[in-house]
Amino acid sequence: MKHTVTIENTGETFRCDEQTNVLLGMEQLCRKGIPVGCRNGGCGVCKVQVNKGQYAKRKMSRGVVSAEEEASGCVLACKIFPQSDLEVEVVGKMARAIVAQQSASSDSGFTTTMKTNKPEEEK
Amino acid sequence: MALTGVLRPGHVALRVLELEPALKHYRDVLGLIEVARDDKGRVFLKAWDEHDHHSVVLREADEAGMDYMGWKVASPATLKKLAADVEQSGLATEMSWIPAGEHPATGERFRFTIPTGHVMELFAEKEIIGNNCGTDGQDINPDPWPDGLKGIAATRFDHCLLYGDDLDGTVKLFTEVLGFGIAEQVMLAGDKKFMIGAFLSCSNKAHDVAFIRQPVKGKFHHASFELRSWEQVLRAGDILSRTKTSIDIGPTRHGITRGETIYFFDPSGNRNEVFSGGYIYYPDKPTITWYDESLEPAIFYHDRKLNEAFLSVFT
Ligand code: FES
Ligand SMILES: [Fe+2]
Repeated sequence: MKHTVTIENTGETFRCDEQTNVLLGMEQLCRKGIPVGCRNGGCGVCKVQVNKGQYAKRKMSRGVVSAEEEASGCVLACKIFPQSDLEVEVVGKMARAIVAQQSASSDSGFTTTMKTNKPEEEK
Repeated sequence: MALTGVLRPGHVALRVLELEPALKHYRDVLGLIEVARDDKGRVFLKAWDEHDHHSVVLREADEAGMDYMGWKVASPATLKKLAADVEQSGLATEMSWIPAGEHPATGERFRFTIPTGHVMELFAEKEIIGNNCGTDGQDINPDPWPDGLKGIAATRFDHCLLYGDDLDGTVKLFTEVLGFGIAEQVMLAGDKKFMIGAFLSCSNKAHDVAFIRQPVKGKFHHASFELRSWEQVLRAGDILSRTKTSIDIGPTRHGITRGETIYFFDPSGNRNEVFSGGYIYYPDKPTITWYDESLEPAIFYHDRKLNEAFLSVFT
């Protein structure tokens, strides 16, 4: 049975069946909105807050989702399976990238995170 | 023996969320051979062309990622000396000796944490069980490859790429204490002395381990396994698609090390690579330098851009 998943950040919606995880459901329809990483519950980039709806879930890495988060509906899109219509908000560490993607900006300043411990940062 | 000190990456210990899917992946898709299990539930595997008892250790855990990486050194005397050198350097923390037999068929290991937060081990002894190619006993009149290989059939565990913050400390430890050379480095164009990536070799390989500076401790980007040709990398892509394995990028080429590559994920989200090619490194080979403005072709030579996942997706 298929349910409608709504990505609140972008307004994007897609249909996903109960046996398919939300991230795969999105990818299969060539939809965008939730960042795609490992697809396997380890990296955390697909993290969403489920604001509405029921879902089944499978094991996700504690390195990226705490037990408290999991209990409060902050989960990995690649490890949840819709059991009703869902409304989700992208909260993973690449959430900013969605907005960048939408405004077709390619300047992501990708080396900024590589300047860790740099004594003085020249502007 | 011309190659002394640290000889090669000897093992990588990975945490997986569920053991059975992980085993299907590492054994049936990547084509490693299961060698042993222990009473802690760990599974030990090796690639077909490795002679040592095991090179990959899988442990079921709540969190994905790497527990530690182990390095085979030339002799027990070398082990004692390097352990003392590491201790004396002041660059390592949480040093301990793991008794012989804690890994099956393996001697004692010296364990320490490096400045980027990764746990490393040195060991000198691991039982040699061979590559099963001999036709008249181990290593006697061998065939070029054995029967019964599965899946991608990688030949060996080759290297890891790791993410961490104190790159300078880790590079100092590997080069000045453990004797590695810097085959390639990535520097900031705006500050040519500031390193953001280091590809380190203890052998004739273009790299045995690599580190990229990121504001994290002890993170794992990928474990890489070797194939012998570009055609084998393409075949790996076919197998990964057929088995619906999560592919990250490729087949393509890295500018750094010139390797032909495909990145993919194990069922717990740990990234794997299979690659071929590269070049022969010697300790007197000049270091190759890349600047951050050329980082995209340095990482993915054909696309000439980084995929979003390269820097953000790790375990
Ligand atoms: S994509 Fe990596 S955890 Fe979902
Ligand atoms: Fe690699």
